[in-house]
Amino acid sequence: MAAYCYYPGCSLRGTGIAYEESLLAVFKLLHLPIEELRDWNCCGATSYMSIDEGSACVLSARNLALARQLHYRDIVAPCSACYLVLRKTQDYVQRYPRIGRRVEESLGAGRLHVLNEVRVRHPLEVLHTDVGLAKIKARVLRQWPGGKVACYYGCQMVRPYADGDPDHNPVRMDELMHAAGVSTVDFPLKTRCCGGTLTGTMPPVGIRLNEILLAEAHHRGAEAMVTVCPLCQYNLDAYQSELRHRSKTFAEMPVFFFTQVLGWALGGDPARLGLKRAISGRRQIAQWFPKQRAEAAAHV
Amino acid sequence: MPEEYEPKIVAFFCNWCTYLAADLAGTSRIKYAPSTRVIRVMCSGRVDPQFVLDAFAKGADGVLIGGCHPGDCHYQEGNYKALRRFRLLQRLLCQMGIEEERVRLEWISAAEGDRVRAVIDEMTAQLKSLGPARRSHAEAA
Amino acid sequence: MSESNGTVRIGVYVCHCGTNIAGIVDVKALTHYAAGLPNVAVSRDYKYMCSDPGQDLIRQDIRDQHLNRIVVASCSPHLHEATFRNATRAGGLNPFFVQMVNIREHDSWVHTNHAEATLKALDMVRAAVRRVAHHEALEKARVSIRPEALVVGGGIAGIHAALTMANAGKHVYLVEREPTIGGHMAQFDKTFPTLDCSACILTPKMSAVKNHPNITLWTYSDVTAIEGYVGNYNVTITRRPRYVREDLCVGCLECLEGCVYKQAKVPDEFNMGLSKRRPIYIPFPQAVPQTPVIDPETCIQFKSGKCKKTCIEVCGDRHAIDLYMEPRTEHIEVGTVVLATGFQTYDARRSPYYGYGTYPNVYTALEIERLVNASGPTGGEVVLRTGGHPKSVGIIHCVGSRDENTNRWCSRVCCMYSLKLAHLLKEHTGAEVFNFYIDMRTPGKGFEEFYQKLLSERVHFIRGRVAEVTDASLHSSEEGRLVIRVEDTLAGFVRRIPVDMVVLATGLEPRADAQEVRRLFNITCSNEGFFLERHPKLAPVQTFTDGIFLAGCCQGPKDIPDTVAQAGAAAAEALALMDAGCVETEPNTAYVMEEACCGCKTCISVCPYHAISFVDEKQVSAINPVLCKGCGTCVAACPSATIRQHLFEDEQIFAEIEGILEYA
Repeated sequence: MAAYCYYPGCSLRGTGIAYEESLLAVFKLLHLPIEELRDWNCCGATSYMSIDEGSACVLSARNLALARQLHYRDIVAPCSACYLVLRKTQDYVQRYPRIGRRVEESLGAGRLHVLNEVRVRHPLEVLHTDVGLAKIKARVLRQWPGGKVACYYGCQMVRPYADGDPDHNPVRMDELMHAAGVSTVDFPLKTRCCGGTLTGTMPPVGIRLNEILLAEAHHRGAEAMVTVCPLCQYNLDAYQSELRHRSKTFAEMPVFFFTQVLGWALGGDPARLGLKRAISGRRQIAQWFPKQRAEAAAHV
Repeated sequence: MPEEYEPKIVAFFCNWCTYLAADLAGTSRIKYAPSTRVIRVMCSGRVDPQFVLDAFAKGADGVLIGGCHPGDCHYQEGNYKALRRFRLLQRLLCQMGIEEERVRLEWISAAEGDRVRAVIDEMTAQLKSLGPARRSHAEAA
Repeated sequence: MSESNGTVRIGVYVCHCGTNIAGIVDVKALTHYAAGLPNVAVSRDYKYMCSDPGQDLIRQDIRDQHLNRIVVASCSPHLHEATFRNATRAGGLNPFFVQMVNIREHDSWVHTNHAEATLKALDMVRAAVRRVAHHEALEKARVSIRPEALVVGGGIAGIHAALTMANAGKHVYLVEREPTIGGHMAQFDKTFPTLDCSACILTPKMSAVKNHPNITLWTYSDVTAIEGYVGNYNVTITRRPRYVREDLCVGCLECLEGCVYKQAKVPDEFNMGLSKRRPIYIPFPQAVPQTPVIDPETCIQFKSGKCKKTCIEVCGDRHAIDLYMEPRTEHIEVGTVVLATGFQTYDARRSPYYGYGTYPNVYTALEIERLVNASGPTGGEVVLRTGGHPKSVGIIHCVGSRDENTNRWCSRVCCMYSLKLAHLLKEHTGAEVFNFYIDMRTPGKGFEEFYQKLLSERVHFIRGRVAEVTDASLHSSEEGRLVIRVEDTLAGFVRRIPVDMVVLATGLEPRADAQEVRRLFNITCSNEGFFLERHPKLAPVQTFTDGIFLAGCCQGPKDIPDTVAQAGAAAAEALALMDAGCVETEPNTAYVMEEACCGCKTCISVCPYHAISFVDEKQVSAINPVLCKGCGTCVAACPSATIRQHLFEDEQIFAEIEGILEYA
């Protein structure tokens, strides 16, 4: 059985498909067995949590119970929202007896038990801790063709469950990038709001928040941004054409998932890293990853 | 037996930590279950196992011993002595058919008023679900 | 004894404590119930038992009703046991015939249901009535108090306490960890709200310590062990080697210039790293003692053994520099101890969103104290780390105070010192100064007036907790500056204020080793880690260990006037004890009933005080009542039940258990 159980959530099957592709490719390149959780369901995301914590915990706890029933030790949740909700569920079940009882009763009806022995992991932490920087460094096969990148962590994976990374100044992604031979810029806005769902509900506010991040990354000399969260990636990627129309000085740039960058460095097949799924910065992407080069190096 | 069974806990609190913590709970107006009656001793090390046995023999539903945290004993190491005796006592009580949950040793410092509440409330809830310690006696009487 | 012959006659007194008890517990029912208990001759309730008329009831009844046992159902024995013992004694009865029932802290204050609380009170009173019947007359032992005192910590609190006691003719040992006394106060520039120079009022007191015939000052020293009990503490002090002999050094400081390091290279602790010092240094010019110290971490001779040792050359025939100095251990005996170990400031790096350690122009308040000081690293000129003078300054209040994520308490002094720094920075630089506060807290003599003065000086006050300090700019006006992002909660919108310098008003917290010190001296800490006083109102400088007193910020954040007042109070309490010459101790010691002792020696191994010895000729254990502290561990350990403990006799405790559980 695989050591890691993969919990995709909805995003990695939708807007974040490039995340799924590159994540699985990186795990394969590093010979980390990972398999998808059978019969997983929605994590409830932040919206359900804010309406009814008890029900939201039941919903997300079912995934933890399934993983436990199948004897997985680690459940890997790449989407920051999934990660946060699963962690929060474990926390609440333990901390608040009312929620714990509610979850036990509901799951019990389906002959499931939530046990907090399953560890909820973010792939960033798995790669940083379980694999380690030295091993990644030793396996780098390709040089990063782009310039410096700005590592952007967003909010959900660092607050409150940063797991040892400083919550206001996380560094794990930066360190992984350095191990992969990619230079990073000093980016003080690394945990600032990407706009979240405001890009949908109040576009002027959401897009403004995006602009601040992109402009600052550019200002600091980054040629691309790297993210760990499908919503952050989508927000930063999807509205750049609008920003360009608004301001002549706005510089478009690609926004990658950290697994895409790692996958490239470790020698993964570019066609399987979802690089071409980008909305913004397509000019740079075409330039950095020309077709012949991509084919020459493919061996995943 | 009354409808709403209220367990009775005999508590032995050390003068320097847990008794003061209970005083602090009072001055902080922290509310907890009215199940406990405190007997003050200078140190948890003074708690003779016979006190505990006697309490159960006379009808207590639970016994709670409160001392200073390890390393914090006002008398240097009385709480360690209490811990040693407690382990043996627990075994003995189990053999007598007195459930493990009925006797508890807790380290509560003078600053932990809220912990007095947490421990007493938790123990009271546990004892409520266990029922009275002397069921047969109560029925016979 | 007349008191105990014949029948037991108990008087039960139920206190209302205003409505504190009577509001929850049915005191009338309790009194009525107690009257029916065995041996109870009198049962009364009264509004305030601790008041004079309340105590008179007890005195009167002992005489008129021939009572020989007293039960008082009121508050915690920690508060009023002494009161009722005295009342009993005044009535002509041995004071140990009293038992208190804590129906306030343990009952009326923690329960809401009247019936349940009353039921509990009945149980507790019944237990006490049963217990008190077994009480015996006891006499307190007297312990003599040595007239010497130990003061730990040489900040303003320790200095003031030491001087007060020394002036009263007691010998004082003042132990300070740093190479000089003076503490945090020596680092301050001015003091609020009067703006008098901190050094000018402190340094005379420092030299007074040095020159006082009754004070033995040991700097660069630590208390490493303390044993004994009130009046007779044996203290071990380790004096770290400063490699310059205090007895030979004349304080010429030529060795500093003589050091092979021509340029100072080591960050200067006293100036918060804003300047450099040499490996041989004196913390600041007015340091007491005026003896340099060599820091072996940075001295070439200690690191490599290959220094030209020019310092020794310069010192010449004074021979004060001794590189082979060893730590020295001093053993002293003292009667009382005043702890004045002070505080540490909150480490601003723990709040990374304020950029301390990331942005060079973010400072802590203590750094600014040094920066504006005329004898500071820049001679009082406010120069930024990146060069130049600030045109605008933002002072962020409550950094590491009133914060769920860091420290929850208010540090009490930050509002006022922020106002002071705002004034000084404006005076030194003419800069625009912004204060970002949650609430302005100015409760002190002249404090509010000082705040009003600052308002008239056109210092800006923005009410809101700062979200972050960043160098990420959104407008050209912000380029190259630090931007303070804050919700102005009075104006109702988020503001971005670009400044050149940020000052973090860091809070006060317990010293990192407060827990170790607490264990060493066998005292307690409050939840936040400051040393706990015996009673927050009535015994604010006492601890739960007799003879050990608290002064200054080790007990909680406070400003200089409060610190000095508290140090005076601690000194006065210690003096009162020492002048009395002796103290009565609780007679709760253990004793062996020789005839039944089987000589197994179990008790000897459990006694932490070596109070039990084995009498070979009789083959029995014997307890030295002077050494016994009354923990009762041996009593519980004795397999043949031959060790007993006054005030906590087995039959008393069994009676209590029976009383609690005897259903009425």
